[in-house]
Amino acid sequence: MKGRALSFYAVAAFAFLYLPLLILGVFSFNRSRFTIWEGFSLRWYQSVFTNPQLSDAAWNSILIAVAATAISTVIGTCCAYGLWKRRSPVLLGSLYLTLVTPEIVTGVSLLAFYQAMFRFAHFRLGMHTVILAHVAFSIAYVVVVVSARLRTVDPKLEEAALDLGANEWQAFREVTLPALVPGIAAAALLAFTVSFDDYVITSLVAGVDSETLPMVIYAIARRGVDPVINALSAMIVTGFGALILISERLTARR
Amino acid sequence: MKRLRSVFLAPSWAVMLCLMIVPLGIVLLYSLLTRGAYGGAGLPWSLESYRRLADPLYLAVLARSFWIAGVTTVLCVMLGFPLALFISRSGPRKNLYLSLVILPFWTSFLIRIYAWMFLLRDTGLINTVLARLHLIREPLPLLYNDGAVILGLVYAYLPFMVLPLYATLERLDPILLDAAADLGARPWEAMLRVTLPLARAGFIAGSVLVFIPCIGAYLTPDLLGGGKTVLIGNLIQNQFTTARDWPFGAAASLVLMALVMALLMFLIRRRGEALL
Repeated sequence: MKGRALSFYAVAAFAFLYLPLLILGVFSFNRSRFTIWEGFSLRWYQSVFTNPQLSDAAWNSILIAVAATAISTVIGTCCAYGLWKRRSPVLLGSLYLTLVTPEIVTGVSLLAFYQAMFRFAHFRLGMHTVILAHVAFSIAYVVVVVSARLRTVDPKLEEAALDLGANEWQAFREVTLPALVPGIAAAALLAFTVSFDDYVITSLVAGVDSETLPMVIYAIARRGVDPVINALSAMIVTGFGALILISERLTARR
Repeated sequence: MKRLRSVFLAPSWAVMLCLMIVPLGIVLLYSLLTRGAYGGAGLPWSLESYRRLADPLYLAVLARSFWIAGVTTVLCVMLGFPLALFISRSGPRKNLYLSLVILPFWTSFLIRIYAWMFLLRDTGLINTVLARLHLIREPLPLLYNDGAVILGLVYAYLPFMVLPLYATLERLDPILLDAAADLGARPWEAMLRVTLPLARAGFIAGSVLVFIPCIGAYLTPDLLGGGKTVLIGNLIQNQFTTARDWPFGAAASLVLMALVMALLMFLIRRRGEALL
């Protein structure tokens, strides 16, 4: 009896987690602009693709996320490897600090930093400042994920490679790095997601030419609800959902 | 061995130093300066910004942030515990259910908030359906209040509570419950005196993981509270944008930082480290 009550509760809890997104998806196919079902239509999806503001923002978001992911994955992987060789409490501490700092504080501190830099160098807020900001907050995620993978690697393997005449670089490149690939892929996916999704920090350090998708969604959501955003949201959620499921399958099989 | 290691660590040192430590240092400097006539900040040095934070108006904002984050945490405990218990008892399907809890966390935060706006606003789904059923004449004011903010926060951070709770419940040996039953404990007694105390570390870790992002929340109160629910995150954002009082915003940021740090210290002291 008690088990059944718990199961009912779990169904309700999962409904709570998924229904809002599901409903949003269903209504993205609604012909009406209002919340009354008037029939199936793809018109909002069409307007997603014909709206120049959205496509510019999508392009910016992808560009920023790809650049930030590439940079932070490389730096973060190297960092995790270096920390695996020998601990550095100060570096590890500052990485954890970026994870727990409230987003708004990270955002304003980066804004203050950029403004201070502008006095010495002539550059303005734009794509590069956003990419740097995203690198700053996503490195820690990469380090955490890659470090978890490194814990499964036996350090003796590298010692064996060194004994057999490999130099340090070869030992890293030929022995440890291949074992890290799934972890690095998972870390890159996580970095891409947090970068693509970020609004709070991005909105503070973005310039006029670097409006991202979350910034457009926010601006429209602030005014109310727009079915175009329903369609866009459905596409983003399905796209990322599929990506995550595929990557989970891949890591589970290894 | 040493040279390669420092080469590997150098870029992350550089990023942490330039984009984390130095910016926080600049915020500290700003918080000790005086607001300029046209925004910005300048000399003389002063503690005025911190003193202003002690104003009842701003203390109320701080109290409100605590209140909203506290209520959210309690609700997450109440909603998350049964779910974690269910998952820990569902045998081979555990991993599937666990992924189902984590999956929404991967989808855009902004979109999850937007989904609730779509449901809750005056012409949203809930009000439309209720009006169609002639249950209400006027739309219910569901959006733009504290309740909506708390709902959005619970929705967003429930996974943070379920995961550590699940981690402790998973490790709980079922033999202990059998022993309690053999010794005459009824199921609710076993729950109260065996399961709950043993899940303590999970409760503490989950509460801190939920409370910390909630106390600094900016987006949720902004969108679901409609700007009416001013929390410390919104106060900071406002000082750096429209109000252009950077010293005051910087002081508020550091106070928020200090609160978060104090909470983390509390967590680490309370042996939650096994979960992080």
